[in-house]
Parts: sequence; structure tokens; C-alpha cells
Amino acid sequence: MARHIELDRRSFLKGVAVGGGLLVGLHLGLPTRAEGVAGTVVEPQSPFAPNAWIRIEPSGGIAFIVARSEMGQGVMTALPMLIAEELGVGLDQITVRFASAAPAYFNNLVGQQLTGGSTSVRDAWTKLREAGALARWLLVQVAAERWGVAADGCRVERGVVIHPDGGERFRFGQLATAAAAVPMPPGVFLKEPDEWTLIGTPAPRLDTPDKINGRARYGIDMRLTDMVVGSIERCPVFGGALKGFDAEGAKALPGVIAVLPVSAGVAVVAKGAYAALAGRKALRIEWDLGPNASLSSAELRRRFEQQFGQPGVSVRREGDPDAAWSRAARTLEAVYEVPFQAHACMEPMNCTADVRADGCDIYVPTQAQTRTQRMGMDITGLGEEQVRVHTTFLGGGFGRRGEVDFVRDAVELSKALRRPVQVVWTREDDIRHDFYRPAGLNRLRGGLDVDGLPILWKHHIVCPSIMSRVRPEAVVDGVDHTSVEGAANLPYAIPNIGVDYSLVDTPVPVGFWRAVGSSQNAWITECFLDELAAAGAQDPLALRRRLLAEQPRHLGVLEFAAAQAGWDTPCAAGRFRGIAVAESFGSFVAQVAEVSVTEGQVRVHRVTCAIDCGLVVNPDTVRAQMESCIVYGLTATLKGAITLAQGRVEQGNFHDFPLLRMSEMPDISVHIVPSAESPGGVGEPGLPPIAPAVCNAVFAATGEPVRSLPIRL
Amino acid sequence: MILLTINNERREVDVPDDTPLLWVLRDHLGLTGTKFGCGIGSCGSCVVHLDGAAVNACITPVSAAVDKAVATIEGLNNDIARALRQAWIGVQVPQCGYCQSGQIMAAAALLVQHPQPTDEQITAAMDRVLCRCGTYNRVRRAIHRAARPTLEAT
Repeated sequence: MARHIELDRRSFLKGVAVGGGLLVGLHLGLPTRAEGVAGTVVEPQSPFAPNAWIRIEPSGGIAFIVARSEMGQGVMTALPMLIAEELGVGLDQITVRFASAAPAYFNNLVGQQLTGGSTSVRDAWTKLREAGALARWLLVQVAAERWGVAADGCRVERGVVIHPDGGERFRFGQLATAAAAVPMPPGVFLKEPDEWTLIGTPAPRLDTPDKINGRARYGIDMRLTDMVVGSIERCPVFGGALKGFDAEGAKALPGVIAVLPVSAGVAVVAKGAYAALAGRKALRIEWDLGPNASLSSAELRRRFEQQFGQPGVSVRREGDPDAAWSRAARTLEAVYEVPFQAHACMEPMNCTADVRADGCDIYVPTQAQTRTQRMGMDITGLGEEQVRVHTTFLGGGFGRRGEVDFVRDAVELSKALRRPVQVVWTREDDIRHDFYRPAGLNRLRGGLDVDGLPILWKHHIVCPSIMSRVRPEAVVDGVDHTSVEGAANLPYAIPNIGVDYSLVDTPVPVGFWRAVGSSQNAWITECFLDELAAAGAQDPLALRRRLLAEQPRHLGVLEFAAAQAGWDTPCAAGRFRGIAVAESFGSFVAQVAEVSVTEGQVRVHRVTCAIDCGLVVNPDTVRAQMESCIVYGLTATLKGAITLAQGRVEQGNFHDFPLLRMSEMPDISVHIVPSAESPGGVGEPGLPPIAPAVCNAVFAATGEPVRSLPIRL
Repeated sequence: MILLTINNERREVDVPDDTPLLWVLRDHLGLTGTKFGCGIGSCGSCVVHLDGAAVNACITPVSAAVDKAVATIEGLNNDIARALRQAWIGVQVPQCGYCQSGQIMAAAALLVQHPQPTDEQITAAMDRVLCRCGTYNRVRRAIHRAARPTLEAT
């Protein structure tokens, strides 16, 4: 039986599309209307209303507007599945457009139009199904009235409403314009899970065909009439500034149109990317290197280490950790170190802007439409309606594309040159001018009782804050929650727990990197738990079972992964297993890694992954995201790091910041644990367990814990 | 003027001899399916075929393409390409998709050389193409499926 959901009549609205047809959308950022009067979707000249999610044209065309960015995680398919399920159409009957920047498209979980934090499905889960159900209800009313039958008896199937006797039918398009005039209902019925025909199925992704024939349009593929290409030389030292430059050599080169200073450095603008890059090489620039010209990774480590001499801010305290330290039968102490990591999206950063006196169009692979629009408004002085954001496909995001530094580059240049400009970063720009995953030091202290069971857990986290730059008001009492997530919520039943945090900002810009704080804190906590297990002569799985007795979802994935990996059976000769579990972004994931260590080289042979992400929209997408998280995490576990010398990043391209390649891939099997809970995230939760699963396997192989990444034996 | 044969069409471009083929394709000929990823021949996002051989367009000067047949993802339309695309859809390989032109171009060159490649041959041919989304295992499965369409890959 379908479930009746009351609609918030002030938030949902519908309207007539230009040229007829039905629009259903969300009512936000529009003038408040009288109570009880259904709102109207406003549709100006643009083919899509700034607040519509569904558009049904009299001709029969059905378009869904996707307000999140497609960066590989499958949102362009998963969100339409939610609407299509309730509306009653097949995915093969719709077209998808990416939304412009508008308040109606805000992600309620983050308060702006943003794709991040594994929130897309969690945010859309109810409202998009309601939108689909509302559109369907309106269409059915019109059909029922025309036939003179009760709406209840009508059926909907693949974009047609069918008469109760099974004979006559109307296509949605025939009903759409009239449906826009039907009064809003007080509520709609949503299907129960056992009525779903699309949600929960491995529907093929809608973006695959264009991504295998070269037609998919990424930001870097934008081509506008009269467009020129800019490339920017930036100060190699963080915190440095431009002193002066000689542009003559660059200007003399064929194709170079302009050389000018911008916020980020010195830009060379040319008729094509190659001429712009050649122009950059011919620049002579004098930099004021500023106060960080001698900064090194070793110096940053010293700054972090000093914090261990003083107390941090307590973020969790249970029992009496200090007393437990002195009465424990056995104590352990360890320092865990994580380096900076770059995002290294395959598509280098880029943005195309067209600034005119009366408007600004920004074509950009972005995760952050609201911030992009505001950056455009700030630079041009234009209003919200005049700065239009056109989101392209993203060649990877991982948090990097939530930043808007590349938007600033393009809008400044287009404003200065009064023509469309595409800014393209090189790989070296990308690696050396990222907002990195924070480096940090962590001191762990543990205590065991006489039976070898943990009675004490102390964790002192020292690392820079992402929020102190991005949203300073989110740093409360000296705590950035992103720095301690995955550590402060340690799930284990240990009677004495103390987690402290010392915020130490450095000149190195830091930002959101896939799975954020949990990406490193799960590594630290899950590895140290294995150290405690070894010290107490406990099996790592058995100890977790014992300490997670009150955590059914952790335990559920742990048991599932262990069983599938054959934890209780011996490994092949020379192979060793490690296990880890983590909750992040509303989902629970456990992984078992099987490794061998030969002459100091770690080889990961097999990864078994179990996820409980609640109700699943598209199981193949969930599997793909687990595979993706594992590979992304393996690169950070096994391959490279970002290091500093002389105030500059020492790496620059894939030869010195290597990514995992096919020859290094393990077999991966992903198991989805059935669950009726509300959907959790999937874009990131697969990442936190992989580093500790691998390192715990290496610990099992060598007897030596791995306390810094990437693994160097 | 440099005369090129790209996807079986004669094209003329006015660029310096040492201009990388990648930028000629993307900026002068509008063939944006071939991607820029690293500029040093390290990531394979820009793989195209020169007389059937997979090369990194970002480190191939346009002069090296004169008198050769250049094929890009847009022009890849033979039986192998069809089998690969069908397999890519069947296995649901792409995520962000940015590297997938390079993956498919590298795979197509492989299947010409080894119509029924072993795992080792696949790894040897495909190790040149990076994928930050981690689609490698699906790429491998899709190549096997394209090579042996009658055998259902797991």
C-alpha cells in the first residue's frame, strides 16, 4: 500500500511551461505567496525554469533537471531514477539537463547548491520522489476528469495514463498543459519499497553512450565563438606575490594575444592552449617569495610535533583516560603521520567565462554552483540573474571542484579582455596549486587490562583546518569537525576514551579530499586498534566483534566482509589479510585486504568490501563507487605524497605523483548488505577502510605496524 | 600548411611543426574527444592511432602525423570499436569518463594486435592509461567481453 505524504504546499509548485506543458519544481527564493495558494513555476526566456525539476511538453518530451554535478558518481542517473519511479516513466523516455544556479536547487544538507559530502541521494531522496508523485497525480486528475472516472482506478505506465477498463489511454504530453491548472493536492502517495520497479535495479547509466564516443562535453571542451585560451603562471611559493614581469618574449610569439597580471599570477592569453603554454615559458617574472620561501615538510612536521607538548581541545572524553593510563596492565604509544595529498582529477582545472556589460555566462565543471555564481557576481558587479552558471560534465571532482579559484581566473580574464576566455591549467599547475588533503600528526595511546583487552584509548590529532579557510564560523571552540570525523566517533566500547585536537594551520592550502577527515582518521584508528589487538594477543576480527557488540551496522558489514573473504580460513602461502571497518557519510563499510610483501614491495591481491548504505537506488552504482573509493584510497596508501621544499611543492606530474595503474589492481568484490534504513552516501564511504585494511595486512605480514603513508618498507 | 589525414578526411592546419598533435586536434580541428591530461605522455588520456598504432597525442608533434592515418575516438567506427562500445555499456565501465577515450583507443589497438588477449596482454597494453575513478577492473572485463562476445564475462 502506498504511503500518503503531506506536501508542504509552500515549497512545491507547478506551472505552465512556455509553449504549454507542465512544470513541477520547488518553491524557494521566490516571493512568498498567500497561504493555501499553489505557487507557480516562473519560466523566463530560458528553456528551463530556474526552479523546475520536471518538464513535460505537449509534444511528449519529458525532461528532468539534475541539480547535482555528474563527476563520475552516477548522479545523472540516480536522481532521475527517483523521479521516474514515482512519475511512471522509463529512463529511456526522458532527457536530462543540468540545472542552472538557483536557490531552488540548494542541497538542503549543506545549505547551498553543492555536490559533495556524499549527500546527493540523501538530499534528494524524499523531495524528488515527491515531485515525481505530484506530477503523476496532476496528470492522472486530468485523464480521470476527461474520462469521467475516479482517478484511483487509473493506472500509469511508461508515460501514459490508462483507463480503469484498460482500454483508452492518454500520453503524458496530451495531459500536461491541463495538469498545470489542476489545484495542488494537500498530499501525495509515495510507493512502498515493494512497489518499486526502478529503484533498487542496476539501471544502465544515462551518460555512458556519450562517454565512449567522444561526445560528452567536459568544461575543457567548451568552444565559444571568439573564445581565446588563457594559462596562468603562479608563484611557486605559497604566500608569495608578483613583483614584476617582462612580457615581451611572450607577446612576440605567434598566437599570443595578451599578457596581463591577474589575482593568481601572470596570464598569457592566446588563440589556443598550446600558444598560451608556449607564451608562459617565455615569460620573465620576478616574484616576492614572501615569508615561506624556506618552508619544508620537515619544518611542518616539527610544528605539528610541538603540539604534543601541550593539551589539545578535548572533543570526546569518557571515563578517566589519565587514571586508566597509570593503572593499565600494558600500555602502547604510537605516532601516526599522514602527508598532504593532491586530488589529481584527470581533467585539469579549467573554466570558460563570457563577461559582457549586461551578463556573464560561466561554463564550468564545478561541484559548487552557488560559490561559482557568487564569484562571478563579485568580480563583475552583476546581479544574480545576470550571472548564469552552466555546469558541464566533470572529469573528476573528489572535492577539488568545490573550489572556485579556476572560476576567478576565467572571469577576471574575460572581464579584462571583453571576450570569452577559457582558462586551462596544466597538470603541473594542478599538482602544485591544489587545496590538499591536510597533512597531520597523531599520537595514540592505548592501555590493556590483564586479559589483553583495551581499557584506554587516547588520540591527539594535530592537523590544519579546512574550515578555517572555507567557513571560519564552522570552527567552534577551536574544533573543525572535519578534522576529527572518523576519530571522535570511534565506535568501540572502550571504557576510557580521550580524543583531543590541536588546530595548526600552515601556509599550505588544504581542502576537502574524498572522504575528508575520515579518509585519514579511519586509517589511524583502525591501524592502532590492530596494534592493541596484537599487543593483547587478540584476533583483529574477534576483538572488533567484542568491542562492537552495541553497533549492529558496523558489525553487520564486518561479519559480511569477513565471511566473504574467508577470514577464518588460512591464506595462501605468502599472503596476509587485514580488516577494517568505518562509518562515514551515513554508510558503513568493511573491507578485507589480502597482500603479499616481497623485498619491501607491497602487492594488494584482493579486496573484499561490504557496504550497508541503507536503501539502495542503483546497486551497480554503489558497486562502482566502492571500486572507485578503493582505487583512490590505494593510490594514497601505496603511491605518492605531496611534499614541500623551499616553500614549493616538489611534485608536478604523474611521474613524481604517480597514480595506481591497471598492473597494480587487486581483484575487488563488493557486497551490498540488505538494509531498510534511509539511504546513506556512497561516493566516499568506501575510501576510509582501504588504507587500514591494507596496512593491517602488512602488519600481519611483517610484524611491524605501518605508521606513515604512503607505505615505505 | 600541414596536410593531415584524420578519420579518413583530409584536413589542413596552419601551425608550427612542433605543435603537439593533441592541440591540433582539440584547438584547430574541434575534435575534443581526445583529452589533455598531463602533457608528458604519462596518463594516456590523449591516445590516438597513427597508422593503427596507439600513441600519446600530447607528445607527438604534428609533423610526425603527416602521411599517416590519424584516428581519434570520434572516427573509430569499425567492428572492433562497435564490439568495444557494446562491451563498455554492458559492463558499465565509465564513471567521470574523462579517460575513457584513451582507454577505448588503447583497447582498440590492442584487439587489432591480439584479437583474444590474455590478462597479461591487456595489462601490458592498458597500463599506459590512468583512470582516477578506478575503472580498471571493468576495463579489463569489457575488453575480454569485446574479444569474446559469445562468452558472457562475469
